[in-house]
Amino acid sequence: MADDPAGAVHLSGDKLLTPELTRPPIAVSLKEVRKRFGRFAALDGVDLTIEPGELLALLGPSGSGKTTLLRLIAGLDFPDSGQVRFGGADVTLAHAAQRGVGFVFQQYALFRHMTVAKNIAFGMDVKPRRERPSGAERRARVQTLLELVQLDGLGARYPSQLSGGQRQRVALARALAVSPQILLLDEPFGALDASVRKSLRRELRRIHDATGVTTVFVTHDQEEALDLADRIAILNGGRIEQLGGPQAVLDAPASAFVAGFVAQANRIAGEVRQGLFTTPGATLPASGLADGPAIAFVRPHDLAPVAESAGGIAVRVQRVTPRGGLLWLECVAAEGLVLDAAVARKDVQPPVPGEPIRLALTGGHVFADPG
Amino acid sequence: MAIAPPDGALRFPVLVSGRRRSAIPGFGLTLGVTVTALCLVVLIPLAAILARAAGMGLHGFVQAAFSARALHAYALSFTASVIGASVNAVFGLLTAWVLVRYAFPGRAVLNALVDLPFALPTAVAGVALAGLYGGQGWIGRFAAPLGLKLAYNEVGVVIALTFVGLPFVVRTVEPVLRDLAVDVEEASASLGANRLQTLARVILPALAPAWITGFALAFARAVGEYGSVIFIAGNMPYRTEIAPLLITIELEQFDYGSASAIAAVMLGVAFTMLLVINLVQTWSRRFA
Repeated sequence: MADDPAGAVHLSGDKLLTPELTRPPIAVSLKEVRKRFGRFAALDGVDLTIEPGELLALLGPSGSGKTTLLRLIAGLDFPDSGQVRFGGADVTLAHAAQRGVGFVFQQYALFRHMTVAKNIAFGMDVKPRRERPSGAERRARVQTLLELVQLDGLGARYPSQLSGGQRQRVALARALAVSPQILLLDEPFGALDASVRKSLRRELRRIHDATGVTTVFVTHDQEEALDLADRIAILNGGRIEQLGGPQAVLDAPASAFVAGFVAQANRIAGEVRQGLFTTPGATLPASGLADGPAIAFVRPHDLAPVAESAGGIAVRVQRVTPRGGLLWLECVAAEGLVLDAAVARKDVQPPVPGEPIRLALTGGHVFADPG
Repeated sequence: MAIAPPDGALRFPVLVSGRRRSAIPGFGLTLGVTVTALCLVVLIPLAAILARAAGMGLHGFVQAAFSARALHAYALSFTASVIGASVNAVFGLLTAWVLVRYAFPGRAVLNALVDLPFALPTAVAGVALAGLYGGQGWIGRFAAPLGLKLAYNEVGVVIALTFVGLPFVVRTVEPVLRDLAVDVEEASASLGANRLQTLARVILPALAPAWITGFALAFARAVGEYGSVIFIAGNMPYRTEIAPLLITIELEQFDYGSASAIAAVMLGVAFTMLLVINLVQTWSRRFA
């Protein structure tokens, strides 16, 4: 590309993995952070420590405070009370420009009057003269970043000439160009179609691993969080309900909300008596729970068809759908309760819609029914 | 495309299909109506001016169009218009900014006030401005002791032309500013830019095309303005006489040829300036 202003310097691929793109990763911690918008408590006392170099997902439904939390870390909003620390430094009142964060906006927020190369170089171009890298260094850095996000050769284009996925990559490269202490992404894949979303997800993981920068991203898509993150903070109503790895939040949900939100779950009402959850046709261990009404969250793969003699919940099969190696059974129990079961196709003879079968519980998480 | 069509029937697609089909039909009809209207309202009257001016012969034309008095009038008209449009560019941008970015009591009133120069008969504006800025006026009487004369001179012309052009910049910049997402500014800040850098490198370049349009409209309005200026200018030949007034004077003396000649010159200059502004605008939109 002769007309590519960024094309003057070419670097080999393994140069991308040198730490020059980032500073040493730092930890970020928030203490008792509160933020209200009018009468709405967006964040209601959040404590969170982000480990150096980790890839953390902030997962929650809309209105749970996840974007507010991200903006507080970035310095785009400020908490009413509480503290934000970057490494050892208290940055609670520091403005975004002083924090050294890279922020990728949901709608990318590219500068549309600048070329891709100019967009990426922006953070370096606005540095005070003493700190600003030389023109050659800036061009080299832009080229390195274009290669990192696989947009090599597109430096002379304008954002309007790029696809959504490419714009997202430009936004990412622009954020990384300032060697951020921490990289923040707000719903990074929200505006993209499903296939692009999946490949960019892998891309982000690769870029994170190559740069080692502490990264936090916001999503409402549990699959995205489980797929991509080292740890997941699950937010609800302005509080963190659980913080843990994908395994932990799936297999040991800390609350009924987490059990219901992180993955699909059937909700089966019942009662706890002396550490045992009972519902007509089935039981589950519920040690440590007080006696009283309760709800069991049962994943589809924890429902298994069994012979009538073995007990189980009596249901009638409504629909049978093969999905890959699994067979999905949509069943209806007494009182109209819909239960979804997923069984390995090779294990069962597919039932016929309308057929009465029995489902046993092979696992589940029981929480007290708040009423 | 240098690729040979695989099938001979496809070689002349336009002829084969008769006419090109479009998902938004009516191009021919709408263009026809537009051109007809444009001819009746704009082109034919302009052509009449040129024809009349051409009928004078070259010598007569030059004498009428480039007399010392006419040259003074052109200089005043175009200079005062550029100054007025420039003042409007600055304050119009500021006004648009305030209207878009801040919620305050009385915003609706301010919003309506901006359009007033559109609606007000220009003669009314001229009388009001002359009263205000004249030596005895509310503002003029405070300027007079400082040695400033704000009416019945070139300053008065600029004041009147600024007044009539105000809404243009505000109304062209406002929607673009409204569309300019806040996250673009936040992105700039998160990348380490201070407010001044964000303004100079991000906001103003994004507004530039609309801003230039607003300037061009305010300028065009000012060049053609007559009613408000004559009340505050003093209208002294060789000093404060604007070109449109000179045309009127020639008309009142039934010297239609001279009037047409002056009009033709103004037409040429205004058209050239607007063309240049349009080219600048196209260039500043190259990213869209």
